[in-house]
Amino acid sequence: MPKRQDIKKVLVIGSGPIVIGQAAEFDYAGTQACRALKEEGVEIVLVNSNPATIMTDEDIADRIYIEPLTKEFLEEIIYTEKPQGLLPTLGGQVGLNLAKELAEQGILARAGVELLGTPLEAIQKAEDRELFKQMLGKIDEPVPQSDIVGNVEAAVKLAEEIGYPVIVRPAYTLGGSGGGFADTETELRDIASKGLKSSPINQILIEKSVKGWKEFEYEVMRDSKDNCIIICDMENVDPVGVHTGDSIVVAPSQTLTTEEQKMLKDASIKIIRALGIQGGCNVQFALNSDTKEYIVIEVNPRVSRSSALASKATGFPIAKITAKIALGYTLDEIPNNVTGGTLANYVPALDYLVLKIPRWPFDKFTLANRSLGSQMKATGEVMAIGKTFEMALQKGIHSLELDTKELLDKRFADIDDYELERRLAKPDDERLFLIGEALRRGYSIERLAFLTEINKYFLNKIAGLVKLETEILPKAKVEDVILEAKKLGFSDRKLASIWGLSEQLITDIRMDLGIEASFKRVDTYGGETNTVSPYYYSTYGEKDQVTVTNKDKVIVLGSGPIRIGQGIEFDYCCVHSAWALQEEEIEAIVINNNPETVSTDFDTADRLYFEPLTKEDVLNVIHKEKPLGVIVQFGGQTAINLAKPLKEAGIKILGTSMEDIDRAEDREKFDAILEATGIKRPEGRAARSAGEAKAIADQLGFPVLVRPSYVLGGRAMEIIYSLEELEDYLATAVKVAPDHPVLVDRYLQGKEVEIDAICDGQDILIPGIMEHIERAGVHSGDSTARYPALTLKEEEIATLVDYTQRLALALNTKGLINIQYVIANGEVNVLEVNPRSSRTIPYLSKVTGVPMVKLAAKIMLGKTLREMGYEPGLLPNRGLVAVKMPVFSFAKLIDVETSLGPEMKSTGEVLGLDKNPTKALYKALLAAGYVIPRKGRILATIADKDKKEALPILERLDHLGFELVATRGTAQLLREAGLKVEVVNKIKEGSPHVADIIKEGKIDLVINTLTKGKTPERDGFRIRRAAVDFSVPCLTSLDLAVAVLEVLESMIRVKALQDYDKGGRTSGIS
Amino acid sequence: MAGVLILEDGTCFPGNVFGYRGQSQGEVVINTGILGYQEILTDPTYYGQIVVLTYPLIGNYGINPSDNQGLKPYVQGLIVRENCSYYNNWRATGSLENFLASNGIVGLEGVDTRALSRHIRAKGPLKGIITSASMSQAIISRNTKNLVQEVTTQEVKYFPGSGPKVVVIDLGIKKDILEALKRKGFEIYLVPSWFSEEQILAFNPQGIFLSNGPGDPKDVPEVIEVVKSLIGKLPIFGIALGHQIISLALGANTYKMKFGHRGVNYPVQDVLTKRVYITSQNHGYEIEEATLPQDVFVSHRNLNDGTMEGLRHKFLPIFSIQYHPEVSSEQEDLVFKEFHEVMVG
Repeated sequence: MPKRQDIKKVLVIGSGPIVIGQAAEFDYAGTQACRALKEEGVEIVLVNSNPATIMTDEDIADRIYIEPLTKEFLEEIIYTEKPQGLLPTLGGQVGLNLAKELAEQGILARAGVELLGTPLEAIQKAEDRELFKQMLGKIDEPVPQSDIVGNVEAAVKLAEEIGYPVIVRPAYTLGGSGGGFADTETELRDIASKGLKSSPINQILIEKSVKGWKEFEYEVMRDSKDNCIIICDMENVDPVGVHTGDSIVVAPSQTLTTEEQKMLKDASIKIIRALGIQGGCNVQFALNSDTKEYIVIEVNPRVSRSSALASKATGFPIAKITAKIALGYTLDEIPNNVTGGTLANYVPALDYLVLKIPRWPFDKFTLANRSLGSQMKATGEVMAIGKTFEMALQKGIHSLELDTKELLDKRFADIDDYELERRLAKPDDERLFLIGEALRRGYSIERLAFLTEINKYFLNKIAGLVKLETEILPKAKVEDVILEAKKLGFSDRKLASIWGLSEQLITDIRMDLGIEASFKRVDTYGGETNTVSPYYYSTYGEKDQVTVTNKDKVIVLGSGPIRIGQGIEFDYCCVHSAWALQEEEIEAIVINNNPETVSTDFDTADRLYFEPLTKEDVLNVIHKEKPLGVIVQFGGQTAINLAKPLKEAGIKILGTSMEDIDRAEDREKFDAILEATGIKRPEGRAARSAGEAKAIADQLGFPVLVRPSYVLGGRAMEIIYSLEELEDYLATAVKVAPDHPVLVDRYLQGKEVEIDAICDGQDILIPGIMEHIERAGVHSGDSTARYPALTLKEEEIATLVDYTQRLALALNTKGLINIQYVIANGEVNVLEVNPRSSRTIPYLSKVTGVPMVKLAAKIMLGKTLREMGYEPGLLPNRGLVAVKMPVFSFAKLIDVETSLGPEMKSTGEVLGLDKNPTKALYKALLAAGYVIPRKGRILATIADKDKKEALPILERLDHLGFELVATRGTAQLLREAGLKVEVVNKIKEGSPHVADIIKEGKIDLVINTLTKGKTPERDGFRIRRAAVDFSVPCLTSLDLAVAVLEVLESMIRVKALQDYDKGGRTSGIS
Repeated sequence: MAGVLILEDGTCFPGNVFGYRGQSQGEVVINTGILGYQEILTDPTYYGQIVVLTYPLIGNYGINPSDNQGLKPYVQGLIVRENCSYYNNWRATGSLENFLASNGIVGLEGVDTRALSRHIRAKGPLKGIITSASMSQAIISRNTKNLVQEVTTQEVKYFPGSGPKVVVIDLGIKKDILEALKRKGFEIYLVPSWFSEEQILAFNPQGIFLSNGPGDPKDVPEVIEVVKSLIGKLPIFGIALGHQIISLALGANTYKMKFGHRGVNYPVQDVLTKRVYITSQNHGYEIEEATLPQDVFVSHRNLNDGTMEGLRHKFLPIFSIQYHPEVSSEQEDLVFKEFHEVMVG
């Protein structure tokens, strides 16, 4: 069927902020789909609250709405834009739920908007557990024994019937949020009550557990003519029990026989047909490895994290084809971009192996519960391509950028056998390395298979690597075995340590032997058809397939896996820099390893190398391509960290020089710049020992701000109030040594301001100034930031502009520079300077309309701002207010402290846009998922130091008609001020205490300010956790509380005629 | 032990010998499927050929007795990137390496299979020799005329069924095709390829099925003659080599393809319904479309290269397909259901 002519304008819903379970993959999918729609001449209306996305760029969509993803806003947009169709399956679970809501409530029908592609009924059948079960029953596909329940008692009764262990899955949530395995009734009661709460329809599925079975995923595609294809099958190395998002995954499946494969393929096609999906769909199976018994775990009737992985693994653009199918095309009418000659109606044939390893945030959340189960905890993932499993695995490990850089690491040597076995049996984020350690100790594959339930095939492969490393390689002659070792993915660094030689020497030896990386194309036809996809991976000892051109080329280093502190923003910058290079007729070459992103779509740059971002791997590509230089400014700390080794290897770094980057990051060199430019910063110094740190703190006076140098996202940064705390910090949180200095600064409480500027070495363009709503002390990535800075005085702005210019020039900046300031006691202090792209670049580019990355990239090629038509200086404010608000994934991370500080914790961000500052803030709050109550009960637990400041805020809330609940201390203060307040017990005073009343749903908003200490026993911690676990909004900053208060006060409220004279309380409407 | 594949154009691809330690020669063909090495090794269609698998990790799930497609392995040699010495599957009874060794098949591993595959694609069909010695050696041309006779059944086999009675002319039938016929309930007489028209009609069948098999269809003129004589008398259906023989019997011509179709991902469109199926294929010969007689039309077409994948007679119950439907329950059901229908009327 050809394209439908009646669809001229299509609404695409994005997935909103990055949270665990919903990351960059939907920007990749959405962007690809939008480009596909554009190819067809369709006008695109795009809605997403996440500004750090490519899909919200003006060259991707025609009408862009950065608005909260709620039904009300969507309805408004629909009536304004009047699209003919809505594409529901590209925006993750958020987009799908919204589309479903709009359809079910008749909003789409009333506005004459058609749901394109997969029909509503199919979405309902796949998403509603009961309908799904019925449907599978009808087509004789097996499901585990289960039932839906709406309360805890029913869950317990059901579990008794079907037998423990059971799995709890809340309906309609992301990443299995709020679910888990229960072995006992006590566990079930706990998990079930949380699950019920997190499900928007208060339903959970209690299901017989098939823990330990093999887990497989099938990516299936269907069109309106009922053509079905299976694009890719994937096998989870971790068996059922670990969320697929937290599993190591290989594609294609490695341990299935043809017969088993056929069985699961047939089932996948039966299911997609029975559902009536049009577009992509993901089916998950559990297979008993001792019989042929299988069950269907789940179906996602939309593009997903797995489909992004499958697309990158095979080169098949699932989102694009889904969009084309939604427009009416069938698979046999859509061309295949990999070959340039054939059609999309094909199944990729891999002649390589792809492996995905999740990236978890536990390097930041050291106290968190690291165990893996049915609730996803990873923030990102890496993918690696290899000719051997071993190579893919080792490339994957190298791509993770963990402290553990290789499969075998000495740091696990101290764990005793008992602890080792316990951790092997109860998976956590380090299990892969623990398996390596166990094999090193001589554990048998049988024993490990028993402990981990991981298929022996995979264990054997890992065992082979361990044996090589510990027994074979050390005894062998380097030249005899080095090729074999390289084929299996051993890094030069690792080989150097095995043989006690330097890394450079290993590299030299292998170069002398002619052992160099060669690159193969990901062509998805096993070499059978000629392909044009410019998408490569490295291998050893094989023929190279890259055709290097004579054109000028530049390499852009990507930012690797998404983690806290290094999110999608950097991918946004990499993509734009690649496009800017292309505009200048320079070939853009991207190296990255994150399968979720737009930068790793082979359509983005001229060539894509899917490789780890290590010195060795990057140099391999440079050796091959011989670029003019490398751009490191856009790939976050990952790329910045490579600047030095690349420079030392004689590679040209484009833009700001490596030396100048170092001058900004090295505290002493930076102090010299400040001295020369006459700019102040909070007093402080670098300490190279614990004693030195204490002496500096003592001299400055507490509180002090401490952190290790050279980190991103404020990792291990803390505000320290006493010597005792400092000692504790130095002992547990950081390593302090001469080559690992710790920075100790005076902590200034004031207004924090952030500036991103572009400098061409002569002139500086400042597109805008952002101010933080929270006072200094909260990490800039976790702060609510507002553009323009409305509260700054003119002379303060003049100083900021002046300082920014001085610093940019002093650092010889060529490209972007990010500077954070604090204004305290009327004085501007600089906090931090980063001569590179920052997290706020996409946000600021969008709201100011300045293509910042493009300008910066072109400056690196030698252009000037004036040549590109930009006058230097601060641009006038655009007539809008844009509030950036962080979004957290605390609901997925059990036991994590939710209060904010200098260490970054947010996973994503949203933007609230409006002409009116209060409305902009309100939109940001809505978009960030705060359900701000208009009436109800507020629990206030205020630290002594904040009580004075909190009182007027609580008074105003009381005035708005809220009922106040407080613990004894705060309550007394409120009573003294003449407010009515209900007293509630502190936790140690016994039940019902503060945490109880939150769990029972008796509180609508929590205002809690931080007392010191992070240990989980404290009341504050339990209150904040209870609020997160039971979805009650919790404000831990009084600055933000004031902002929320302003929003509440601006809302339209009712008042009886008689009450107008009385003043006093009004009642809110809900 | 070091080994090498020497192609007839003189190109060498080094590797290590595994399985049977010896020397072996044949036409080198490429298969792009990811799974199914055991089925490929034992599929009579590969008789006389050296098979290169492009998926790099082979042998992962071992070998099990129930997946064999013929009585024994038929390939002359197997070339892989990596032979997995450690296999794991609940049904497995032995390793790939042992299977090759005990069946006298030479394997070569550690080969840059992507480069080999691209070489063959550029050069067209090539014969090759796997040898452990690195000496250059002329490729001895092998008599390939009797491939079908070597793989066909030596005696009539009977499989009872409640459905229509079918004579299956065994040109080297895969077990899965036979199983598919059985699943459809046909009453089956499996006969040797050299059976005459009279011998076939003596069973009083309601239809004739021609199976897959190895080699050039023109190498079995006797089967073509038998099919010619059966045209108009009975419904005839064929798969793969059977399809080519039916074409020849109808008067069309066949030729050797530059690069055969061997893999599991070929999109084939049903010309009448416009539906597209992802098919498994294994053939090195193709029908010259221009030579099709007027009464015959192309029923299926390959979406990648536009080649013909099936034919249908305009008024006689004769049809055939080039691809293998038995790998998908849906495709299998579709084609055998139609065969069933044309026989019962």
